[in-house]
Amino acid sequence: MSRLTVPKTYKLYIGGKFPRSESGRTYEVVSAKGDFLANAAKASRKDARDAVVAARAAVCGWAGATAYNRGQVIYRIAELLEGRRAQFVDEIQSSEGVTAAQASAQVDTAIDVWVWYAGWADKYAQVAGNANPVSGPYFNLSVPEPTGVVAAVAPQGVASGSLLGLVSVIAPIVVSGNTVVVVADEAAPLSAISLSEVLATSDVPGGVINMLTGSAAEIMPWLAAHADVNALDLTGAGSLEGAKGESWVDLQLAAAETLKRVVAPVAGIPRPALERITAFVETKTVWHTKSML
Amino acid sequence: MAFLEYAAAPESPSILNLKAQYGLFIDGEFVDGHGDVFDTISPATEEVIASIAQATAGDVDTAVRAARRAYETVWSRMSGSDRGKYLFRIARLVQERARELAVAESLDNGKPIRETRDVDVPLVAAWFFYYAGWADKLEHAGLGPNPRALGVAAQVIPWNFPLLMLAWKIAPALAAGNTVVIKPAETTSLTAMLFAEILQQADLPAGVVNIVTGPGPTGQALVTHDDVNKVAFTGSTNVGRMIARQVAGTQKRLTLELGGKAANIVFDDAPMDQAIEGIVNGIFFNQGHVCCAGSRLLVQENVHDEVIDRLKARLSTLRMGDPLDKNTDIGAINSAAQLERIRTLSDTGENEGAERWTADCRIPDKGFWFAPTIFTKVSAAHAIAREEIFGPVLSVLTFRTPAEAITKANNTPYGLSAGIWTEKGSRMLALVDQLKAGVVWANTFNRFDPASPFGGYKESGYGREGGRHGLAAYLEASGWDAPAALSAASTPPADAKRATRKPKQTRKAVAK
Repeated sequence: MSRLTVPKTYKLYIGGKFPRSESGRTYEVVSAKGDFLANAAKASRKDARDAVVAARAAVCGWAGATAYNRGQVIYRIAELLEGRRAQFVDEIQSSEGVTAAQASAQVDTAIDVWVWYAGWADKYAQVAGNANPVSGPYFNLSVPEPTGVVAAVAPQGVASGSLLGLVSVIAPIVVSGNTVVVVADEAAPLSAISLSEVLATSDVPGGVINMLTGSAAEIMPWLAAHADVNALDLTGAGSLEGAKGESWVDLQLAAAETLKRVVAPVAGIPRPALERITAFVETKTVWHTKSML
Repeated sequence: MAFLEYAAAPESPSILNLKAQYGLFIDGEFVDGHGDVFDTISPATEEVIASIAQATAGDVDTAVRAARRAYETVWSRMSGSDRGKYLFRIARLVQERARELAVAESLDNGKPIRETRDVDVPLVAAWFFYYAGWADKLEHAGLGPNPRALGVAAQVIPWNFPLLMLAWKIAPALAAGNTVVIKPAETTSLTAMLFAEILQQADLPAGVVNIVTGPGPTGQALVTHDDVNKVAFTGSTNVGRMIARQVAGTQKRLTLELGGKAANIVFDDAPMDQAIEGIVNGIFFNQGHVCCAGSRLLVQENVHDEVIDRLKARLSTLRMGDPLDKNTDIGAINSAAQLERIRTLSDTGENEGAERWTADCRIPDKGFWFAPTIFTKVSAAHAIAREEIFGPVLSVLTFRTPAEAITKANNTPYGLSAGIWTEKGSRMLALVDQLKAGVVWANTFNRFDPASPFGGYKESGYGREGGRHGLAAYLEASGWDAPAALSAASTPPADAKRATRKPKQTRKAVAK
């Protein structure tokens, strides 16, 4: 006799909690073949704003943590992900229609990407900062520091990439101490929700990573125009077309109003790079007088 | 002669050999522009110095094409060490003609000769010397092996430090291997033209640097030109916002150095003599026409009265007047329009209830002048505490605890600079961590150095100028730094498509 399965209810991840969309809206997630897989929450404008509030509240603690600590916390994500490989492989297989080997390879790479970025936490400032040999009796140091709250759109509709794409966007943003509101791949959001569960049981403080599912074309304009968002990662926005025919260029135009830092879309999944970390940092230069002896 | 009054010690403009009319500098030659001609005047006397050509969109196009040609045929093919040698030559020529440049700058801008002679011009030379040495060391700039130049850079600079801003823009661009079209501010084009003569003396290949003069629309034609790869702008936040919109959707890289409303924080244990000098330097240097000026003074409450008394005494010794006089501390406001803006905002401050004090200065009959002014009893809600005045006007606020100082300092959409005055190093370092500002000066203010990055957080703009960071703004990494195994599922690097160095313009970029 076969057992009746217990399907999961998919929700958002905001401020370390798993709310449904306040709008009550959901949308159907289907497999590559078109079979029903789940109903995912369709985030609203209010959800996006709540996520920004949660992200802002988390900046102080996360940016204030030591770099060593952030590295440990990010490595811990990799550990937990490794422990739940099977679940991710299974979800990716069903929602992307790829083979078990392909899904496995994606999960492996996603774990390795977390590990790679974890190692940068206490090094990027050494590489991207420097002591400046200025003329005169001054001590002068330039240090990169996180820019604050980053709104991001994960790569959309990349074959065999719903988890890897998401991770490749989130990890470089948070490694320096930024917090993030990220919109998952609209068509394949299952691994985003499951990753939220990993994050919730890891040591990542609530609000550091906030995950929204739903229409990126609908959510991103609100985030791009939000005055309390410091930077915009449009990595996955290349294929976005809004209901009124807007594209990622409109998002960049909206971001210009508050002079947000913007990372332009890329094709497919971005390869890990130090540049992705430095795209979301500010350089602070400190001058101090030296006394004359 | 009363105490502290000195006989005038003016520099003579006779050392200048100015032409009556200046054209554009395109492809290594001075050429006539196709637009109207306008006068550049001395803000201290309102006398006409020379007339300047106004570049049309067609002139801008000619300049960009000259820059592209120079980039393709000469500059991008030249060895880094040769590029560096040209920059060294320019630096030396600036030093040789330092006096002439200082006089011309004071005459045209209205700033005191003491500042052009001791600050602006020496820094211009230093900027070229610093970046000259980078030209053959680009692989050490922090972008991995073989970083590439971007192509043609469109640069628009303001009137407050005409020659220095030109150096900040041109030196790193050329060192990185880019060619340049630069537009000086409408009211301060003169020294850019003298600089063009220096480029001719240095025998810089034609088209590597092109200078187009004119008002806002000339700048707009330049930054929106299809064939530029990089846009760099220093100026107001509003214009920066407009440029960010114009660049949206293109492949153009953008650096913006915009406005500020810097907090200058004075604790009760501050070295008081130095702090008073630092406050004066922070806001009255260059008539307060400094984007990083310390225009909001945050004083710990228990020393407020002492600081204000000493500040007033010190300001009463400042001499305002002829910019060419070596005794002058405060020169002329750059233009009638700017003077009007300073007056309007100051009146607003008074109307909103802040208390105004103005140093007792004799205002010359001709020219544009504004005596150093302090507002006390200012609250964070007052316009003079929020809006950039860009003039010799200081707003004073108080605080009790470091936490309150941080909250007030960060309570602004800007984030360019900040100052801290305290003898306690540990408190200074803790405060620095919390301040949202790109440059923090502790027990000093308004220091600039080519080796040191400068730039803002938030609405003070993107990117940094100066130092290794300023060089990186004109370079593109050529490779990826993660192990290949981490890209199992990824697609080829996005810049593979950018093999041709021409930027792609998308439909909406210029529309809005």
